[in-house]
Amino acid sequence: METTRREFLRNTGTLLLLTSSAALAWEAVAAGTPELVPNYRLDQHWWGMAIDIEKCIGCGNCVRACKTENNVPLEPLYFRTWVERYRVLAADLEHPEVDSPNGGFDGFPPHPASPGSKNFFVPKLCNHCAHSPCVQVCPVGATFESPDGVVLVDKTYCLGCRYCVQACPYGCRFIDPRTETVDKCSLCYHRITKGLATACCETCPTGARKLADLKEPKDPIHEFLRTHKVQVLKPQMATGSKMYYNGLDGSVR
Amino acid sequence: MHIPGVEGFMYPNEVELQWSILIVLYPFITGLVAGAFILASLERVFNVEAVRPTYRLALLTALAFLLVAPLPLQLHLGRPERSLEMFLTPHTTSAMAMFGFVYLWYLTAVLVLEIWLDYRRDIVLLARRSRGLMQHVYRAMALWSDNISDRALALDDKIGRFITIVGIPSAFLLHGYVGFIFGSVKANPWWSTPLMPVVFLFSAIVSGVALVMLVYMLTCRVRNAPIDMRCLDTIARYLLYAFIIDFGLEMLDLIHRIYEAGESFKSLDFMVHTRLYLPHIVIQILCGTLVPILLLAVVQLGRLEAPVRKRLYAIAGALTLIGIFAMRWNVVIGGQLFSKSFLGYTTYKLEFATREGLLPAIILMILPFGILWVLIRLLPPWEYRESA
Repeated sequence: METTRREFLRNTGTLLLLTSSAALAWEAVAAGTPELVPNYRLDQHWWGMAIDIEKCIGCGNCVRACKTENNVPLEPLYFRTWVERYRVLAADLEHPEVDSPNGGFDGFPPHPASPGSKNFFVPKLCNHCAHSPCVQVCPVGATFESPDGVVLVDKTYCLGCRYCVQACPYGCRFIDPRTETVDKCSLCYHRITKGLATACCETCPTGARKLADLKEPKDPIHEFLRTHKVQVLKPQMATGSKMYYNGLDGSVR
Repeated sequence: MHIPGVEGFMYPNEVELQWSILIVLYPFITGLVAGAFILASLERVFNVEAVRPTYRLALLTALAFLLVAPLPLQLHLGRPERSLEMFLTPHTTSAMAMFGFVYLWYLTAVLVLEIWLDYRRDIVLLARRSRGLMQHVYRAMALWSDNISDRALALDDKIGRFITIVGIPSAFLLHGYVGFIFGSVKANPWWSTPLMPVVFLFSAIVSGVALVMLVYMLTCRVRNAPIDMRCLDTIARYLLYAFIIDFGLEMLDLIHRIYEAGESFKSLDFMVHTRLYLPHIVIQILCGTLVPILLLAVVQLGRLEAPVRKRLYAIAGALTLIGIFAMRWNVVIGGQLFSKSFLGYTTYKLEFATREGLLPAIILMILPFGILWVLIRLLPPWEYRESA
């Protein structure tokens, strides 16, 4: 069988073109139509959260509500949100004593009295960074920043390579043992796109956590940011975090 | 509530390690590939005649290990059936997504092609000589071509040289890139350094050269063939040079960390003195680096008899491989033992007969030697001199 160079190139070219267009077409068909939420426009929102450390009482409502709402495994190694308890001696910001028994799910056992220390709780969750290191490293784009500022995971697409878990500076990601794919806070995307608050904000008894839409002019977040001295976690990481903490102590990591 | 194995405070999601011993094997194996290939290129591109007896052996070793390199990654994935997505829909900002392409480029465009061109004449001759099934195998390997005219062979050689020249930066890319996967994680101070790709590269060269040296000595012994001492001495000398650069870079990194004493330093320092003391200080630096450097240097300085030199090379080579494995272990496992809050430490529990346990790791380390055995049977590397 003799094949000329021209024929070979033409045949391979055609084959490549046909298979790749068939693959693209199949992808589009298999993806289906996304679920529509009436009246929700992606370009009209930019989500974040205001967290007031001075108001957090460490009750653990948010942790419990989150696990229930989002079907998070109940074992103590998997959390979309958790609460840390800090005890800092006035002169020693570098060595805070921190604990988070079961992520604060069961509340906190009393501390033995320790005079001369300051004590506070720090609720943690995904920072929904605008420049997420986790999104950057995902090899297939299974985790992504939505146009309205939420970092989401496509569980049907995630390989479970865990690179994003390594890349998150805040320890917000885990591998769901049931699916072997990554899981993290979705900012209750299924709720906020329908005009509801997140489960953690909804159940916080003191209003320490408040969902914020930074694109909504009437959102109280603007007043909050104007009148409080806020900080984000690990600002040196330059991740563009949108979790704004009021009263964040220098000892918090 | 105390979590077993945890000291101080870890973020709750951090307690379990994400990357296991299989991810230790991945940079170890790709490093062996890159190192073996670079040793082979010494002969081809830089015309170091002395290492010629190991040229083909080094290429086959590189191929055997390269074929195994993606297996630990594949085995480690939570959803291995989706791994093809990395090729079909790669995320361009991800260092990991590029692995598939760098790997495929290296495997098909560099290594397989170079081996094929170099062996083409032998394959044709083997096809003519053999009978039955093997004849079909060799004829297929020659792509059913029987042309070994002088003109064709000259062309083979020309293309082969060009591919080796392309191959050297490709080998650098393959392993430098593996270092970048770790070095670019800004969340992890143990990994995040621009030196990482360079350190990985030089340790790769060290481990690959040591491996080929050992494989060469072993194959000579099995075949009852004399060892070409000029070749062995040259390899050992290059091993020493590469080792000194590698050690220098690693010390630079270490001294820089100690002197800067940044925010993570106390955490890392504590780790090196406790959990990582044995694998890092004792195995990696003392036994795996200083001792082999010393042994190789002694051979350079002294005038030792050939049998003594052989023994010293064998010991130095084996210690080198152990040391480089420990280095990969300390990077991958060590980088996950401390909390990103710098307030606590966790423990790595190595299981045995699980998907990411010790048993699959051992099997994955034996597998390339099995493949190498088959390759050597199929494409005997020692006919080079006779047929050249």
